Amino acid sequence: MSNTSNSNTTSAETAKKKKKGMPVGVRKTIAYIVLTLITILCLFWFYVLFINATRTNSQITHGFSAVPGASFLNNWNNLIHGTLPVLRGMLNSFIIAGCSAFLCVYFSAMTAYGLYAYEFKMKKFLNTMILGIMMIPTQVTALGFVQLVQDMRLEDNFIPLIIPSISVPVTYFYMRQYMQSSLPMALIEAARIDGSGEFHTFNAIVLPLMKPAIAVQAIFTFVSSWNNYFIPSLILHKDKMKTLPILIAQLRSADWLKFDMGQVYMMIAFSIFPVIIVYLILSRYIVGGVAVGAVKG
Amino acid sequence: MKKKVMSIVLTASMVASMAAPVLAEATTEGAASDEGKVLNIQCWNEEFKSRITDHYPGYEEVDATHGKIGDVDVVWTITPSDDNAYQNNLDSVLPDNENKDADERTDMFLVEADYALKYVNSDVEVTIPLADLGITDDDLSKQYQYTKDVVTDSEGKQRGISWQACSAGLIYNREAAKAVLGSDDPETVQEAVKDWDSFNATAAKLKEAGYKITSTVNDTYRVYSNNVSAPWVQDGKVVIDDNIMKWVDDSKALVDAGETGTADLWSDDWSAGFFPDGKVFCYFGPAWLINFSMHADEEGSIANQGGWGLCEGPQGYYWGGTWICAAKGTDNPSLVKDIMLTMCTNNDVMKEIATADSDCVNNSEVLAELANSDEGANAVLGGQNPYAQLAAGAENVDMSNISFYDQGCNEEFQSAMKNYFDGNATKDDALAQFKTAITEKYPELTAE
Amino acid sequence: MHNNHKAVRYNRWGYIFVIPFLVVFVIFQLIPLVRTIYNSFFENYMSGLSHIGPTFVQFGNYVKLFSSGDIWKYFGNTMIMWVMCFVPQLFFSLLLGAWFSDEMLRLKGKRFFKTVIYLPNLIMASAFAMLFFTLFSDGGPINSILVGMHVIDQPYKFFSHVGSTRGLIAFMNFLMWFGNTTILLMAGMMGIDTSLFEAASVDGATSTQIFFKVTLPLLRPILVYVLITSLIGGLQLFDVPQILTNGSGDPMRSSMTMIMYLNKHLYSKNYGMAGALSVFLFVITGVLSVIVFKLVGSDNKE
Repeated sequence: MSNTSNSNTTSAETAKKKKKGMPVGVRKTIAYIVLTLITILCLFWFYVLFINATRTNSQITHGFSAVPGASFLNNWNNLIHGTLPVLRGMLNSFIIAGCSAFLCVYFSAMTAYGLYAYEFKMKKFLNTMILGIMMIPTQVTALGFVQLVQDMRLEDNFIPLIIPSISVPVTYFYMRQYMQSSLPMALIEAARIDGSGEFHTFNAIVLPLMKPAIAVQAIFTFVSSWNNYFIPSLILHKDKMKTLPILIAQLRSADWLKFDMGQVYMMIAFSIFPVIIVYLILSRYIVGGVAVGAVKG
Repeated sequence: MKKKVMSIVLTASMVASMAAPVLAEATTEGAASDEGKVLNIQCWNEEFKSRITDHYPGYEEVDATHGKIGDVDVVWTITPSDDNAYQNNLDSVLPDNENKDADERTDMFLVEADYALKYVNSDVEVTIPLADLGITDDDLSKQYQYTKDVVTDSEGKQRGISWQACSAGLIYNREAAKAVLGSDDPETVQEAVKDWDSFNATAAKLKEAGYKITSTVNDTYRVYSNNVSAPWVQDGKVVIDDNIMKWVDDSKALVDAGETGTADLWSDDWSAGFFPDGKVFCYFGPAWLINFSMHADEEGSIANQGGWGLCEGPQGYYWGGTWICAAKGTDNPSLVKDIMLTMCTNNDVMKEIATADSDCVNNSEVLAELANSDEGANAVLGGQNPYAQLAAGAENVDMSNISFYDQGCNEEFQSAMKNYFDGNATKDDALAQFKTAITEKYPELTAE
Repeated sequence: MHNNHKAVRYNRWGYIFVIPFLVVFVIFQLIPLVRTIYNSFFENYMSGLSHIGPTFVQFGNYVKLFSSGDIWKYFGNTMIMWVMCFVPQLFFSLLLGAWFSDEMLRLKGKRFFKTVIYLPNLIMASAFAMLFFTLFSDGGPINSILVGMHVIDQPYKFFSHVGSTRGLIAFMNFLMWFGNTTILLMAGMMGIDTSLFEAASVDGATSTQIFFKVTLPLLRPILVYVLITSLIGGLQLFDVPQILTNGSGDPMRSSMTMIMYLNKHLYSKNYGMAGALSVFLFVITGVLSVIVFKLVGSDNKE
């Protein structure tokens, strides 16, 4: 790790000193080596997760293995035919994460647009306040949040897990920054001259231009909601309402008779699949035709 | 990194006593009996549910979290114990239980020993004494005393009941015993580990033969901490018992001599000794550890070859167990009483539980019967029948010094002392860190 | 005159666009925040099921917080780990961003590499930690390899040394989040007008020059975002060290961050101390953020 980073720093430095820079071939080789190492480092964890999903409880606790075991089907059957509503859990997770991601990006973009494209008295104050709130540790507001949900009698309901994503200061902040770097006001003026209503301009002209930013934030929101355990575990009690992380925790606190790490890993692997798919779909907008030289996506 | 992401792993502790009252499924009204039609049970896994399903007469399973006993609907609410979520849930549900609609009230909940007194001996009363349910001392005569002490409040009222007696012993590697002690006979081995001095002397002998006496210092912690002379907290002040300090000194000596390690329980390094090449002489544990955790199903493990033996070890102690409490405000007191009596005192049912689920049951008559029959022979232990010893052990466990703070004190103490064992702190510094940690956890305490 | 009037009419839309956000914001964030600050002046916690307080104690909680001096130690830990976690992350994100946007390199498989780097973020931190414990245990594969290669004679206890514990925390954090930072930057780069690169290239600029002179300045708003959120994220570093050290922050609390410390107080639902600590964190974060804003320059484009 440290070796590669050192050689890169120095190569970057030398590149700066020489006027013509390093020969492309050398830089290319370095780039490939680093990228390959990083790729291995990123994919390795998935490999181990899936290997463990094919092993028995004893084999897993016995330690690490590089080759798969023979219990894949067995673990799968135990999981699916066990008492946990895993498919229902996946559906629940999907509903919550999907709605959160949608509301989050849509309303953050809308708010950012409102504070970017218009001039009004409260503008500066609102922007500062939202950025200020971003600096409060989430842990603290979590305290009051569950209390609030209880007061509103919204337990065993998806609403308290979805609605708050309308207002996520970090996403707002990103959208605003993105607009500053790539949304020219002239475009909006032009739309007005063409007679486009303000709301229509936002939906039909601004949003499509924001695609990469929307995709990025949609992925982030989806993933963090998908993997969220703590707040849902205190709000969702009925089996039919529970999300995947709660079910995973339940598997992990199983009694000794039933405790089975094979199933736990199978469940983890099972719950990663849908996020990978969502990620691959959304990432099209980010990795597609990036910047220079690439073919238009 | 990003702020919203922080919420992924919020720890349980952070959300206060909030969470939610657990709602029962709507029920058909208009039943005849004067008791409620919904029995709500709070638990953290499916252990008790499967015991009820398999052994309680008349229980019919509807789906994973619903069942029926006669015309009463049984609703199981399972909150995992990760991040303290289970206790947070109880904290929010129980104090207000009486004021809810009858069908929404929690009727029963389960607890573990380490935090049982939080609910049993609370200023806010959330449990019903067994006597008030109509359970007599006579009903409980076959139960072991320690299982009663764990759930007895400061006025001497018992407020919970268990079907398990998790008395535990020293589980030794027979091959190592033969090689080092000359015999794998439980009596010979017991002689070599009969008190802590013998135990530590044996550790040195084992070292010469290439064995560690235990996998980690944390193996013996429960044995020392179950045999203290006073509770962790006296008059609002944390007091470290002499026997616990003895654990520190004994353990440090063993670690420095390379005779044990400092890994956490349940880590990979801890369980390495379940296999011959792990070279560990013994583990400390009850029946469930022997039956379910020592990899008996995996070829090549010591348990698979029946290579373990069981003896009492230096001091008596217990590990684990689940207690059932009746929630104050229940509208099903007689059903709750019947479940308690059937599951925890009925000989036939308990014999069934012992043989079908390998629970070491909280019933001296059943254990005596198993001790004298072939049904008690245990394959992991090479055919040894552990029941006589487990029964004797259960008699000897003394939990009269249990306190409300045990869970926090035990966890924080072991965690702080690891720094000392690993050589990252002096003993005094490690003790100081324990005191800091414990007053953070329980602001009402002082620790000089 | 007419124009001005029209602009005002448009600007009313500004309010309409921010209303949904603000309503939800006030209910779910502002009110809990005010409560937090309010609580910091009270003694207010749970002892078992009994509620102690709330009793007004003025600045009692703040006095307690600073009197032991531990808070500065945790602040130090947090800053050290912030540097360890985020410097490599920013470095690699920028490096990869530069490579991916460099026309002359003509890297093949860019799409694949770009997709792969974010993947570790999809794994739950707790599942990730399970794998780390397995890999880095005394008898785990990393130790076997190191012993096998005679780098060390004895298995190295990774979680019993200050350096290696912090190192593993930084490493896991890096793995989980550098892809995140990289795709933020890449999304930003997609918005840049490609003709600017071509022009610079025609003028004979090297890739490095293009990156520093053209790409970075244009990316500044996004860079400000990355810096600020990294700073806030760093000060709020919690999940990875919490899980990898089992919440203890050991050895001897050398990897305990401020939020982990906050979390300790939340075990007893100690709203008072937690509130005081939050206010402290808020002030520190605010001050540091203002400094960053000032250093990177105001991001208002007027």
